[in-house]
Amino acid sequence: MSGARAVQLLFAILAVGLWYFATETGAVSPLFLPAPNDVAAALIGLVRTDEFWSAIRVTLTTIATAYALAVITGVLTGYALTRSRLLTRAFEPLVSGAFAIPITLFFPLFILFFGIGPESKLAYGAVYGFFPVALNTVAGFANVDRRLVDAARSMGIGPAGILRHVLFPAAFPVILTGLRIGFFICFASVLGGEAISSASGIGHNIALAAELFEPAQMYAWIVCVVIAALALNGAVSAIDRRFHET
Amino acid sequence: MSITGAELARPFSSRRRLFAHADRSALLRWTTLALLLCFWEAGARIAGNAGLIAPPTSVARALITQVLSDADVRGALFSAVLEISAAYALAVSGGLAIGLAVGWTRFGRNSMFPIILLFYAIPQAVLLPLFTLGFGIGPAAKIAFGCSHGIFPVIVNTVAGMRNINPLYVSAARAMGASRRDIIRNVIMPHMVGSFFAGLRLAMTMTLLGVILAELYVSTGGIGFYTRQFADNFDPAPLFALVLALAMIAIAMNALVRFAERRYTRWKD
Repeated sequence: MSGARAVQLLFAILAVGLWYFATETGAVSPLFLPAPNDVAAALIGLVRTDEFWSAIRVTLTTIATAYALAVITGVLTGYALTRSRLLTRAFEPLVSGAFAIPITLFFPLFILFFGIGPESKLAYGAVYGFFPVALNTVAGFANVDRRLVDAARSMGIGPAGILRHVLFPAAFPVILTGLRIGFFICFASVLGGEAISSASGIGHNIALAAELFEPAQMYAWIVCVVIAALALNGAVSAIDRRFHET
Repeated sequence: MSITGAELARPFSSRRRLFAHADRSALLRWTTLALLLCFWEAGARIAGNAGLIAPPTSVARALITQVLSDADVRGALFSAVLEISAAYALAVSGGLAIGLAVGWTRFGRNSMFPIILLFYAIPQAVLLPLFTLGFGIGPAAKIAFGCSHGIFPVIVNTVAGMRNINPLYVSAARAMGASRRDIIRNVIMPHMVGSFFAGLRLAMTMTLLGVILAELYVSTGGIGFYTRQFADNFDPAPLFALVLALAMIAIAMNALVRFAERRYTRWKD
């Protein structure tokens, strides 16, 4: 494993070294790839501004609200669709078929309905995140062993007890996968929506910096997103590991 | 004992019941869809804001009169199809090559695979302006962006397919004098085909996503131009129709991948 770590470290050093080398020698236009220290300076300058924190606040609020909506509607829909075999068979193909089409296609309609404010990104992120949550909830509940349910019922447990003690614990690992996928889809689609058409937020600022030909600024924003994504990823895998251990 | 009896009894009656079930669920599905369409039509005609929502019949009319009959819009749709195909071809060939290289040894999987997963975790939508800076606003940026979306599922699923291979098969093949190429072709490829095709399916969805994101981002030409034009004119019928046309393209592309999967995995069952 230490050999693998060494390769990873070497890769990181090589990437940064290449970045330095390419910008120092002028092999790559600074418009496309500014020098690392320029990006660092831009990032430090950015963190000191109020615009930075307000953009972060807009994006985070949008993501959090969109995700909450996606989780609530997705889990409820998924649960409702597994209440009968007929419902599952009739509507699961519809949901999974719709998810195979990129929801991005409908983004212009979201802009048309909700304007270019955060609301359109919220709706877009919520709709995109809804599908993996709903599909995994369906898969989780539909594949619970019938015998477990029958056994609980024969022991005299009511419907609420069955949901709490049998259905939910059995379906939870699959639902959790859906929640994780849904979160990253929500995160990416809100940022993507902001980059395409928006008046505020992180994605908007990245696109704006690109339009104004301020690459250092753009990279500084991208660095923020990458750090946030990696931190979230790490947090989610830590939760995952913890869950699998117990 | 009664459980066994029930299980034995099932195959007999289940075929008829399965058909009845399938018929009923399909009936329910299509009735619901038809009702939704009727509801949409009635709602849009009676209470809808004409600048925001168009009834399905107007969308269908606009699809024929304003979208498919307009040579420029048709050209934009056609170039989107070409971009998707090119991006997908690049993603599959590049992803397979990288996946094989990384997944070949345990060392490669331990060292390089986490780096690839790290890149996969970055929301690529934020890199979109970078792609237009690097590749301009023509088809090249859209192909590159679509490919960068599609390549990751191919790599990840190729590596995952190789990881689960039984080393006994590889040593057996080697002992029987198989070359490196024989091993790839006759041991590794057939083993990873299931995982690989799952990657191909996901890669198509992601490539579609990437190309369409880039198309929408660049609003000076192509599909992004027309969506913006229709939306700015508050002309929802052609906008819905254009989206519908793109959705049909997406469905056709997905169906093509599924068809290929069925064809090449038939020997498995």
